[in-house]
Amino acid sequence: MDDSILLAHGSGGKLSHELVEKKFLPFLANPALNKLDDSAIFEASGRLAFTTDGYVVNPIFFPGGDIGKLAVCGTVNDLAMNGAKPLYLSLSAIIEEGFLLIELERIMQSIKKAAEEAEVSIIAGDTKVVNRGQADKLFITTSGVGIISPGVDISGANARSGDKVVLSGTIGDHGIAIMSQREGLRFSMTLESDCAPLNKLVSQMLEVSSRIHCLRDPTRGGLATTLNEFARQSKVGIVVEEAEIPVKEEVKAACELLGLDPIYVANEGQDSYSNEKK
Amino acid sequence: MCLAIPVRIVSIDGNEAETEIAGVSRRVSIAFTPEAKVGDYVLLHTGYAIGVIDEAEAEETLKLLEEIASLSEVH
Amino acid sequence: MKYIDEYQDNKLAKGLAYKIAQRSTKTIRLMEFCGGHTHAILRYGIRQLVPRTVEMRSGPGCPVCVTATADLDKAIALAHLPDVIITTFGDMIRVPGSYSSLQQSKAEGADIRIVYSTIDAVEIAKTNPRKSVIFVGIGFETTAPTIAASILKAQQEKIENFFILSLNKVTPPVMRALLDSGEVKLDGIVCPGHVSVIIGSHPYEFIPRDYGVACVISGFEPLDILLCIDKLVEQIEKGEPKVEIAYPRGVKPEGNRKARQLMDDVFEIGQANWRGIGIVPQSGLNIKGKYERFDADKAFSVSPKPPREPKGCRCGDVIRGAATPLECKLFKKVCTPERPVGPCMVSSEGACAAYYQYGIPENSQSF
Repeated sequence: MDDSILLAHGSGGKLSHELVEKKFLPFLANPALNKLDDSAIFEASGRLAFTTDGYVVNPIFFPGGDIGKLAVCGTVNDLAMNGAKPLYLSLSAIIEEGFLLIELERIMQSIKKAAEEAEVSIIAGDTKVVNRGQADKLFITTSGVGIISPGVDISGANARSGDKVVLSGTIGDHGIAIMSQREGLRFSMTLESDCAPLNKLVSQMLEVSSRIHCLRDPTRGGLATTLNEFARQSKVGIVVEEAEIPVKEEVKAACELLGLDPIYVANEGQDSYSNEKK
Repeated sequence: MCLAIPVRIVSIDGNEAETEIAGVSRRVSIAFTPEAKVGDYVLLHTGYAIGVIDEAEAEETLKLLEEIASLSEVH
Repeated sequence: MKYIDEYQDNKLAKGLAYKIAQRSTKTIRLMEFCGGHTHAILRYGIRQLVPRTVEMRSGPGCPVCVTATADLDKAIALAHLPDVIITTFGDMIRVPGSYSSLQQSKAEGADIRIVYSTIDAVEIAKTNPRKSVIFVGIGFETTAPTIAASILKAQQEKIENFFILSLNKVTPPVMRALLDSGEVKLDGIVCPGHVSVIIGSHPYEFIPRDYGVACVISGFEPLDILLCIDKLVEQIEKGEPKVEIAYPRGVKPEGNRKARQLMDDVFEIGQANWRGIGIVPQSGLNIKGKYERFDADKAFSVSPKPPREPKGCRCGDVIRGAATPLECKLFKKVCTPERPVGPCMVSSEGACAAYYQYGIPENSQSF
């Protein structure tokens, strides 16, 4: 094979099949996908959750992850945030002509690893190739379906007066890790994105507590946006103790340098939840 | 636009210096602070060190603030 | 973070607040002339910490906010010239001009790039030799030396396609203009911190001397600002106005001579057009003749339509301290950070943006 993506890879012919067989299937292999039918067939009963997200992050490789890991974790997390156990994902890739195959492999390897960690299978996929300049290297869209156990009712609208807000870790890591790679900002640090699947954490939480009302992973817009969403959806006010919000020193320093407030900076591996006080 | 933050000089290379603040590294111009030495803290504004922080004065200020605070506790 | 965290100590802040309350008997009005101070004062809740006798007002300290609409229109017009790349500090992008904004121009295809430093702008000129790279030079004396340095660098490296649209302004003359106008009676001034790192304390001496107004240079952490207010209150209570430095770790009386030398080499003082104030003599920095080939005003000719101010916008009044954001009918109702009408809501150093973000709690000192 050549070393970069050509338009022909997207035309549906021999090169397209080769691309799928050599660069996608080996990383995603599972019985449903391997059939290579027009749709994947599965059975599920109960309350299902369904979500979709597009990923256009730039740069596509960043400390702690890449667009592939993000695409799997983001959608897995959206399902987990409604208390669903993620079952299957679909993956659609729009690739810019000229994209290096070796980078595509790296990303597919990430996707494989993230899917294994989250215990989901990617059972449907699609690739398209566009002319150079018509996409910024690689755009990925993932959709996901998950199943919600009986009795579990988690929603941004469920917060009640008296609930406490809990945060699973430090904030701002992802946004700052991404920014540290952007040209022109010229700072370097060892900080990594916190990009991670949260479904196992959530299922452990749900096993231990039936009093969780809302769950959300603060992504774009940071913690502040998530808390605003809870407040708006649930029609409640929230009092936040600034000193209690955990922020790494490096994130604070980078925010000072850039004139940002950590509570508005993106995350990809934290969840905040509100639950009844005991 | 008045944003300037204190960073510590780790090494100097002619008109430029490698600086550090809480684990974040940045290369800055010391064109306006040629007197800066390794170990000094400088005020960083849009890529330039605009002044060297006077550590003795910083100590004095903190001492003054501590005194004020302890006097107010008496009441 | 060293030199930041220690000056945010809660206990020490309470001590200072107590001392100020003990000292303050007269009702006085203080004004800050630095956008960074405006932001810090609201972010750290300084108004809630000072007694009711101390009223605080924001003055023309935000470089984005004081840029005249006509000048912004010029920058926008330049953006639409062929083969031009506009480089600018972030906040400028979203400010509405008379008919458009830099952000809108970008969406229409103009090449407009946000930079964090003039160093980046020079780099862009180097890597795009067939384009003209114009840097929108706003800011006060903190930024002016960096702009001067960029011109010298471009000259040294024989870069022919780098230009500065010089909209830089100088602080002490606008203080004089406001004090002369007498529109807002002031007892004390919170002098800008990082501007003073460059210019030192001597340029403010005319303030106590000619106007009997107290003058204290402040840092940006909450303890710095409270210490400054304490010293201002002391001066005013004693009736002994003078210039004092409450930020000695950063500011020396003589300032930064090297930085000023560079500024003097590249710039000469002229008049400048300040939003909300008008022409203030001796308050702008123009590029000297010997560097005129870097002057965007000389290199390019644009004729934007006559400027117009947005209807109902009171940014001018807010900038002069004649009104607070709360007195503007558009504040929060029509003018928001997502849909700003004027620059004071756009810039992170604008009074309106600070009021919007940090809120004005009921027991605060504003009116």
